[in-house]
Amino acid sequence: MIMWERIKHMLVKEFIQIFRDPRMKGVIFLMPIIQLLVFGYAVTTDVKDIATLIHDLDNSIASRELVSRFVKSGYFHVVEYTDREDRARELLDRGNVGAVLRMNKGFEEDLRAGRTSQLQVIVDGTDSNTAGIVLGYSSKIAGQFSADLLTQRILRSSGPLGQTGRVAVETRAWFNENLESRNFYVPGVIAIIVMLITLMLTSMAVVREKEIGTMEQIMVTPITSTEFILGKTVPFALIGFADVILITLVGVFWFEVPIRGNLGLLFVATALYLLTTLAIGLLISTVSQTQQQAMMSTFFFYFPAVLLSGFMFPIANMPEAVQWLTYLNPLRYFLVIIRGIFLKGVGPSVLWPQMLALAVMGRVALWLATKRFHKTLA
Amino acid sequence: MKPLRVWAVARKEFTHIVRDPRSLGMGIAIPMLLLVLFGYALTLDVDNVPLVIWDQSESPASRRLVSGFLGSRYFLLQDYVHNYPGMERAIDSGRALMAVVIPPDFAGRIESGRSAPVQIVVDGSDSNTATIAMGYADMVALAYSQDVAVEATHRIGGRAIQVPLDLRPRVWFNADMESKNYIIPGLIAVIMMVIAALLTSLTVAREWESGTMEQLISTPVKGPELILGKLLPYFGIGMLDVLLAVLMGEFLFQVPLRGNVALLFAMAAIFLAGALSLGMVISIVTKSQLLASQLAMVLTFLPSFLLSGFMYAISNMPKPIELVTYLIPARYFVALLKGIYLKGIGLEILALEAGLLALFGAAMVLLANVKFKKRLV
Repeated sequence: MIMWERIKHMLVKEFIQIFRDPRMKGVIFLMPIIQLLVFGYAVTTDVKDIATLIHDLDNSIASRELVSRFVKSGYFHVVEYTDREDRARELLDRGNVGAVLRMNKGFEEDLRAGRTSQLQVIVDGTDSNTAGIVLGYSSKIAGQFSADLLTQRILRSSGPLGQTGRVAVETRAWFNENLESRNFYVPGVIAIIVMLITLMLTSMAVVREKEIGTMEQIMVTPITSTEFILGKTVPFALIGFADVILITLVGVFWFEVPIRGNLGLLFVATALYLLTTLAIGLLISTVSQTQQQAMMSTFFFYFPAVLLSGFMFPIANMPEAVQWLTYLNPLRYFLVIIRGIFLKGVGPSVLWPQMLALAVMGRVALWLATKRFHKTLA
Repeated sequence: MKPLRVWAVARKEFTHIVRDPRSLGMGIAIPMLLLVLFGYALTLDVDNVPLVIWDQSESPASRRLVSGFLGSRYFLLQDYVHNYPGMERAIDSGRALMAVVIPPDFAGRIESGRSAPVQIVVDGSDSNTATIAMGYADMVALAYSQDVAVEATHRIGGRAIQVPLDLRPRVWFNADMESKNYIIPGLIAVIMMVIAALLTSLTVAREWESGTMEQLISTPVKGPELILGKLLPYFGIGMLDVLLAVLMGEFLFQVPLRGNVALLFAMAAIFLAGALSLGMVISIVTKSQLLASQLAMVLTFLPSFLLSGFMYAISNMPKPIELVTYLIPARYFVALLKGIYLKGIGLEILALEAGLLALFGAAMVLLANVKFKKRLV
């Protein structure tokens, strides 16, 4: 039998306790906004303006034409021309350039004579993701250059009949037309910030009473363990919701991330997500003996949850065993939901498995936390 | 400062740690476990892009283009689709990341020497993967066009024509472009930053909360002695973590360590001193375990993960945010580790990073000493 009167008292006590330290208000409401503002700008994998060194030993019309095509693409930004052999090593070591274009003497002569010329592209592999993208751009530009010359050669040798067929690729990116990485990452940053706040608050909630000794005082009150757990969850759920609303507003109005889906659905999904993270926090709190343990456990859960969620590293690339592990990660489901609603505008017909998974996980974790709490009382 | 008193505090702190084996286990086991897990799990290598093909031409010419896609290790065929809703479903549900649409008149256009448009639709929500996948698709298309051209001239009987330009890509410092080679050094930095700050962030706050600080105040121990004594055991744990991490990088993940090992450990020591002192400052300022742990997590994990250049290149960030990254100690440690591991460079190039890291460490140690007041409030 749940007595709402007792829960109400508990809520009042929790709120007083959280906000007794005025600095907590800052941590809870201001910090998430600042975090989103900073991280929202930082998380971008768009590669443009690659600092480039030109090592053109031929210095001919053809080689300059090729360089100008790289510059015109908008991806490459020439910082220096050099004819010194060791300059590439120097600048790459210092990280001053990300790519080096090198053309040997005789570049133009080879082209004129109908032979194959070489363009060497050296990229800095210390960030292999950027390196891969730079190589992709280079091979596209070089391929186009080559194709244009090839057409000329064929025309010259076989006359106008020699025009040959070619594939013209027309690419279209759905859901994110300009391929802006910010649109992909900002909803994710919202999800990880909210998870951090709610986990941290709840994981400390029960263990602190144990450590300070006020748990014994609570035990002599008539409050039941379900009421106690509810009293510990509801305040943090409200705080979590307030944070979600705050930072979603920042994401939409400041970063102009489109919301294509249904806001109501986003709220339902957020409620399920908060239920799960709060329940996991409480579970951590009930199994920990000290606040230090609780914090370490929270970290132990949160760190993998962020890295193995598909936030940055695609889950499809992970080893099979780890992929199975990610099914236990609430963030994994919520990322699919929040990105689906923001970018794709999909509805419950696509997202129901993720929502169901969150609901089940939240319920199970809450049940476990209540059960563990029974034991502590006994 | 008396070494004896420092030693006494260190021994007391060490007993605290040993008495709580779970925390000790976490201080050593968690970082190693995370490194193993992430070292295996995290990769940004894009291959096996799930693909659907809508071939409206169904001709030898179109099948040849399709086999160009399938022959590349970058694509993995999920299905052939035969209409627009089929393609839409595949991409909406995330079953395919890319769709190749070949128009009905493809073969005719290629044979008559015209340009044949092929539409590539990608799921752009993960723009990074999408960009890389589009690069692969372009390469397949260019290779196809070149083959057609070279063959056509053969058929006409003209002189064999050579491909005009040959692109020779070379990737320095990481020739196979394996993402683990730069993820693991970065991970070591991020994990150590968080663990170090978490380890110390509660130590002083706990003494205040449980009231034992009053007992410490009544002893002759001085502030700096107390701080140093509290730091020492955690410094030992931290250096042990770094040693284990480097060994794992070497033997488990085979990340090439091209630079000077001694330099690596020297830098790690400076970094640890700074990170541990940061935790200490948080602990001293807050005097509350709840607030201290909140601050430690907020100030270390996400900033080290997102602003250190570990995953998101700092040069891509807007200028004001780039300036913010100078406040993140992990930034310098990531640069140092990547430099020492992959480039094999030394202090002659990394002097700035090393200097700023040392500055951060010194500032934190100083701040901890200034902020700590040994008196009842």
